[in-house]
Amino acid sequence: MIVPTRVYYRVSLALLALFILTVAASFIHFGDWNVYIAVTIAVVKATLVVLYFMHVRYQTRLTWIFAGAGFLWLLILFALTMSDYATRS
Amino acid sequence: MTTIKEPLRPDDYLNAGYGVKSWLLTLDHKRIAILYLISITFFFFVGGFFAVLLRIELMTPAGDIVTAETYNKLFTMHGIAMIFFFLIPSIPAVLGNFLVPMMIGARDLAFPRLNLFSWYLYNVGGLFTLYTMTTGGIDTGWTFYAPYSSSYTLSDPVPVVVGIFVLGFSSILTGLNFLVTIHKMRAPGLTWFRLPLFIWASYATSVIQVLGTPVVAIALVLLGFERLTGVGIFDPKIDGDPILFQHLFWFYSHPAVYIMILPSMGVVSEVVSCYARKKIFGYNAMAFAILGIAVLGFLVWGHHMFISGQSVYAGLVFSALSFLVAIPSAIKVFNWTATLYKGQIEFRTPILYAFGFIGLFTIGGLTGLFLASLATDVHLTDTYFVVAHFHYIMVGGAVMGYLAGIHFWWPKITGRMYNEAWAKFSALILFVGFNLTFFPQFILGYMGMPRRYYVYPEEFQVLNVMSTAGASILGLGYLIPMIYLTWSLRKPKTAGNNPWKATGLEWTTVSPPLTHNFDSVPTVTTEPYLYDDTDDASGSAGSAGSAGLAGLAGLDSSARAALPPHPKEVKRGRS
Amino acid sequence: MVDLNSGHNPDHNPDHNPELAHQFEDMDQQKEAAALGMWTFLITEVLFFGGLFTAYIVFRTQFSEAFAKASHHLDIVLGGINTFILLGSSLTMALAVHAAQEGRKEKTIRFLGVTGILGAAFLVIKGFEYAHKFEHNLFPGASFGYDGFEPDHAQLFFILYFALTGVHAAHMIVGLLLLVVIAWMTARGRFSATYHSPVENFGLYWHFVDIVWIFLYPLLYLIDVTGRTQ
Repeated sequence: MIVPTRVYYRVSLALLALFILTVAASFIHFGDWNVYIAVTIAVVKATLVVLYFMHVRYQTRLTWIFAGAGFLWLLILFALTMSDYATRS
Repeated sequence: MTTIKEPLRPDDYLNAGYGVKSWLLTLDHKRIAILYLISITFFFFVGGFFAVLLRIELMTPAGDIVTAETYNKLFTMHGIAMIFFFLIPSIPAVLGNFLVPMMIGARDLAFPRLNLFSWYLYNVGGLFTLYTMTTGGIDTGWTFYAPYSSSYTLSDPVPVVVGIFVLGFSSILTGLNFLVTIHKMRAPGLTWFRLPLFIWASYATSVIQVLGTPVVAIALVLLGFERLTGVGIFDPKIDGDPILFQHLFWFYSHPAVYIMILPSMGVVSEVVSCYARKKIFGYNAMAFAILGIAVLGFLVWGHHMFISGQSVYAGLVFSALSFLVAIPSAIKVFNWTATLYKGQIEFRTPILYAFGFIGLFTIGGLTGLFLASLATDVHLTDTYFVVAHFHYIMVGGAVMGYLAGIHFWWPKITGRMYNEAWAKFSALILFVGFNLTFFPQFILGYMGMPRRYYVYPEEFQVLNVMSTAGASILGLGYLIPMIYLTWSLRKPKTAGNNPWKATGLEWTTVSPPLTHNFDSVPTVTTEPYLYDDTDDASGSAGSAGSAGLAGLAGLDSSARAALPPHPKEVKRGRS
Repeated sequence: MVDLNSGHNPDHNPDHNPELAHQFEDMDQQKEAAALGMWTFLITEVLFFGGLFTAYIVFRTQFSEAFAKASHHLDIVLGGINTFILLGSSLTMALAVHAAQEGRKEKTIRFLGVTGILGAAFLVIKGFEYAHKFEHNLFPGASFGYDGFEPDHAQLFFILYFALTGVHAAHMIVGLLLLVVIAWMTARGRFSATYHSPVENFGLYWHFVDIVWIFLYPLLYLIDVTGRTQ
């Protein structure tokens, strides 16, 4: 299916808003939480790009699985590696 | 290579076009498989050459043939050539390239040009590595641990690192090609659980190639960056962490061993089923075990790092997970055994290699448990026990599986049969030579002989001499097939479409196959491995092999018409 | 519908699309295979950058203060402009794909052109940023000179900065080269409403490169904005 262009404009506005939010939040001192807020917003932005610009929202389950598998394996890499660094004495 | 071209015979893929250009610019997956066969055989002997030299040095306790630095270079190049340029490509690039489209009823892989490009990338990677041998070689071990490889070695790792990076791309593209082909190009009716296990194995291997290789690629890029700028994230001088290199390296290199063994397991399933004339015991379990090995294989890499300085708690987690991955492997061994039980076994060369695989892989796998256990690994790591363990799996397992496959599909690939007597003889030589080479190494390792040392205490000499003697026999076992397989090419292509009366779509075509594989797209209506228990070797011409398949080979159309169409038959397998 | 008798010779079916490769049965299968191939490639890219992000996480958690202070040397305005540029280029890329799906050649080329200009602008700004770093001896190696907090750990930050943004920039360069190829193919009339998967799949690649930057900007530039003195 052809995604209507208004979807792209709306997603772009959302991305712009989230970008401004990221920058604004970085100007406020949340301490350790700054990075978690920034990454969370980035994940939301990335999800919007994947779902709408990359059309995954409209694709088959197979595409969802492939897209998901990449990020799942990334999490495995992060988690098991950090299991070493987080538990070193 | 002379062929006696019989009149009235359509051009098979070997005849379709002569000349160097028709081979070097081919898009035919079967020709690309042959190109790979030549390349990887060359690197096998390059790796073998280095092994010969280092085994000669190890005949005596003193370092008398080569210097310490040279010895380091020998085992490094042996490892690099064998792992990256032989084992990892071997079955996927040769047998996989040839068979995957044929086994699923397709005319070629999804991306033929990418396939050819993969072969060229392989050769470029190989050239960078060979170049290093002319500039003094590298002495870091195939594992390239920082900070030695990044800061201290006087050798130059950069060309090899580039070569392996390029090779990684070749591997990724092959995996990508197989994944898309298996998902999107299966023949109508060929649902996932009707696939031959070789396809399941190729699929799982491709998943590993795609998910794992990029991480070692970035590790090598960072290593190169560190060599070129003089500083990097693995450098302890700026509080970088050498262990991070190991994490990134082994995240790939552990799953890589499953890249090396899973295709072999796929071959063994095909061979065992055919020569026992029985369908594989527990097909579903076998398929899930293959996937299980691939997935679990990504969760265990830290077992290579128990004594590196990695956190003990992380080590515990990796140790526990490493025990888990033994389970699906064991399931496979049990199921092959159950398949053989009460089978009508025909003792041809491929099944001899498969027997070798099952026995030697089991020994290798069991010794892996000693290494997975954190406590015993502290004693055994970096000793010859580890060397013996992985050679039992890689050589006793993977290489035997590869040879089983080469012998099994040789008549299909070339249209000729090899000399069975010589083949059996050389399989026996291989088995004897292999065990004589590597079994003593278990003992040596347990007694404490470290690996990667060119000198050792006097009391280890007897076992080392046995090992070297075994290596010479093993080498003979590899040379003999080179001779009789090449010799078989002088004969006319009279092997027949299905000399083993095997099931599988690839056996329904002529031998060697036509360029486009199938004249009409076959439809699959039954499960795989439909071997009739009462079928005798000389019996009804291949009917057991083609039951349930509509296509070229003689099919009983009334029998097929009697079967109700499977609901998923209507469209080509697209999921 | 699958034609079991289509045979290997495409001449048997003169109505088939000339862009149909011989190994495929029909254009749908070819399109699905091409898209799946691109997604598979993008998975490898996720893991490739993933290794770098892993290194980043390892060192930032260990040396958070040094990383925070070192990040003050990055220009958040230039980085912000670049983020804005890439977001815009993602929109124009999506619009280019949309035009290709409608078979509108000129519109496709125009949107591809804008995407390319934005991508090039990104690289130009990156170039200025790198030049600034070199001038201030912030490139890791023999010439590294840093008189701030924990210079060794700051150097780790800059190694990761150059590795992450460098690998990203390399992907942008390749992207621009591919964009030129796709635009040229469009101009030559290769694409239509029924066949345009190279444009779609190139779009996937472009969006992926944008996603990487979506993470790089906050993780490299915005570590410690409140701690900046200017």
